[in-house]
Amino acid sequence: MDQIIIQTLHGLVNGMVLAMVASGLTLIFGIMDIVNFAHGDLLMLGAFVGATVLGMTGSYWLALLGAAIVIAILGALLQVTTLRPLIGRDPLTTILATFGISLVIQKYALWQWGPSVRQISEPVRGDFNLFHLQYPWYRIVTAVLAGLILTGLWLFLKYGKYGIWIRATTQDRVMAQAMGIPVPLVYTAVFAIGSAMAAASGVLFGPFAGVTQTMGFDFTVRAFVVVVVGGLGNLGGSILASIFISLLESYAAILVSPAQAVIVSFVVLVLTMLFRPTGLFVPTPR
Amino acid sequence: MLILENVDAHYGKSHVLHGVSIEVRAGEVVGLLGRNGVGKTTTLKAIMGMARRTGGRITFEGRDLEGVPPHGLAGLGIAWVPEERRIFRLLTVLENLRTGLDRPGVTPAHRDALLDKVYAYFPILKERRNQAGGTLSGGEQQMLAIARAMMLEPKIILLDEPTEGLMPRMVAQIQEIVHALHRDGVAILLVEQNVPLTLDAAGRVYIMEKGTVRHHASAAELRADQRVIHEYLGV
Amino acid sequence: MTALAAAPPRPRAAGYWAAFAIVVALLVIAPTLLPPFWQRFVTEILIWGLLAMSSDILIGYTGMVSFGHSAFFGLGMYGAAAALLTVKPPTLSLALLYGLIGAGGVAVFVAFFATRLRDIYFGISTLVFSQIFYVIIFTWTEVTGGENGLTFRQPPLSILGLWSIPFTPTTFHWFVLAVVAVSYLVVRRITQSPFGMVLQSIRENEPRTRAIGYHVERYKIVAVMLSGLFAGLAGVLYAIQNKFAAPDFVFFTVSGEVVIYNVMGGMGTLVGPFAGAAFFLLLREGLSRFLTEYYLIPVGIIFIIMIIFLPQGLLGFLRRRLNS
Repeated sequence: MDQIIIQTLHGLVNGMVLAMVASGLTLIFGIMDIVNFAHGDLLMLGAFVGATVLGMTGSYWLALLGAAIVIAILGALLQVTTLRPLIGRDPLTTILATFGISLVIQKYALWQWGPSVRQISEPVRGDFNLFHLQYPWYRIVTAVLAGLILTGLWLFLKYGKYGIWIRATTQDRVMAQAMGIPVPLVYTAVFAIGSAMAAASGVLFGPFAGVTQTMGFDFTVRAFVVVVVGGLGNLGGSILASIFISLLESYAAILVSPAQAVIVSFVVLVLTMLFRPTGLFVPTPR
Repeated sequence: MLILENVDAHYGKSHVLHGVSIEVRAGEVVGLLGRNGVGKTTTLKAIMGMARRTGGRITFEGRDLEGVPPHGLAGLGIAWVPEERRIFRLLTVLENLRTGLDRPGVTPAHRDALLDKVYAYFPILKERRNQAGGTLSGGEQQMLAIARAMMLEPKIILLDEPTEGLMPRMVAQIQEIVHALHRDGVAILLVEQNVPLTLDAAGRVYIMEKGTVRHHASAAELRADQRVIHEYLGV
Repeated sequence: MTALAAAPPRPRAAGYWAAFAIVVALLVIAPTLLPPFWQRFVTEILIWGLLAMSSDILIGYTGMVSFGHSAFFGLGMYGAAAALLTVKPPTLSLALLYGLIGAGGVAVFVAFFATRLRDIYFGISTLVFSQIFYVIIFTWTEVTGGENGLTFRQPPLSILGLWSIPFTPTTFHWFVLAVVAVSYLVVRRITQSPFGMVLQSIRENEPRTRAIGYHVERYKIVAVMLSGLFAGLAGVLYAIQNKFAAPDFVFFTVSGEVVIYNVMGGMGTLVGPFAGAAFFLLLREGLSRFLTEYYLIPVGIIFIIMIIFLPQGLLGFLRRRLNS
């Protein structure tokens, strides 16, 4: 029973972090049909930048902000230089291009920060007491932060002037252009926002397991799963799916090793693709 | 103001427009008639930079539209109301309007004034302003599409078959809107299948057939002698 | 569709066969001219090229992107390992057989999904499947050796138990060359046949191909099986050359590199993958002397630049010629 409570907490917390990662990915896919293979690596780079800023300033919050800003700028640069020329071409080319970017980022991180694991220390110490169980406070804080950031994103999309631009462009790019919305800029901005979300997730996740060059791939794969299960381009769906998948994996980890628990997500993914390709939580369109 | 000179256009491999020449002067309502598939919509798309122009020139107020990016046309004063309306279904009515309203240089007071004006023309839109665009009826969506274009305060509106599929009461409403816009000094290039409405609203009319302009006359002339209309449109 | 009309005449056939003969001849003499390291290097290029060629059947001819070829390759390796470890004395033929069965099994599994998933969903699912296999192999230590993999002795060259000579690097190279050359010719014959034409038609316009009356699903299944078998074959060769099977080769990295070879070399050419493999491996060899493992930074950048400016790959210009 205790195990179940702990695993539920793990699932919820991990789910919130994954939701942040997946939301960036689904936003990018929804608006410009790009499957960003490098998304997890942007997360990883953000975590490293965050660790560095933390080392320099001692402030977790500055690390979070710094990582988001730096990686947002990097994301914008990447989109303009390598992805914009590929607009209109076979979608395969953008997957390949982001795959190439992923390789370069991974090795760059290795070169810049070396192979040893970096630490991001927890923003808050101590444990939280639930009945007779103890659960680290910082994990709860992380989940809350993720929730706040996601809420901020949602509000921005719903009410901001630029949020309307983004939503209009996602629905009908041609008509948005006809209304004078500068679509190429919107694309760059969305990629930057997605990258920033990934980077922030990296810093949030940092205290959980340390920062390594290979941490990105796992997130990329899980984020893919979530985006498909939640419905491509569906922000709310990917948040629900993130929590769902993370909970499933956490419960599975009670029975099998964590490495094997990931198979559960894969099975859900395959079942979704076969039977509800538009998304598990999305009604199948008539 | 808007001049198409000898425009050729391609859609993929098919050569759709052959030497189309059309002119719309400031404040004019010009009609573009023709049967289905003759290239009327393609002509509008060529202006909007959506069909591949392979010959001729399109200028607006003297400026060649060749190098203008698709999102730059609204800023020049060209608004487009497409045949399928293409309102943003998941955005509310107000958000749809805001896509045209949120432009640089528009003060909040001006924005409110524009909204009031459009709500005066289309009271139903005010009523439904927080409803998602996709939940509106066909006629309401058409009104929204026109209202949205008006938000750009354009010099010319490219209106593509606004009365298609609408009930007679709605058609009359559209007719009134076109008149009102004309009174406001907005030029309109009206593509239509509805001949009486076009002849009533437009000053001059072009008739297209098989991708080119076959006939050009004033609406008055065409009203007087219905044979031309019969010949090209079979009505 | 003109592709399904009567077979066109092949006036350039003579030139093609001459080129083929020259390349093979060069590869035959190569081991005698090169120092041992480079000898091995060329053999490896052939093996990776075979793997990439198997992927080209899907990516270049059927229009299906696979991010999971490491699964076929890996199962080929482990299949061979199983034969060489469980059956004494270790025989080449059995290693080949087990490896192909292993890869074939995975191929059937993937083929099933290939017919139900299109485009990007298929690609993602291949990635996911190869990761599932990776996890299983990595954690099932009793059977697969887990993290450390399996090591075994190299079987001698023997044909149906007739005579048995241990391999030398040179004879092994010739063996690999023979297998790869025959594989290439077989796959080429297939892609030039009516069957291959249908595959290309599926790549060009799947709905239309279906509308004409072809059972697209069946063609896709066969394409995946073919691709999987040849990939598994490459895995067997690699296992025998190196005398080990390791989970690293089932990990996504291998699948990613295969796609890189395809893109760099030229999709839909069958020879392009070999050129792509050679190009990448040479770059890696050359650059890693100065940059150690960071060679991937410039190579990755080259890859991205090629996608933008040279999407048809190094040998893409030959595509029309080779597929007349």
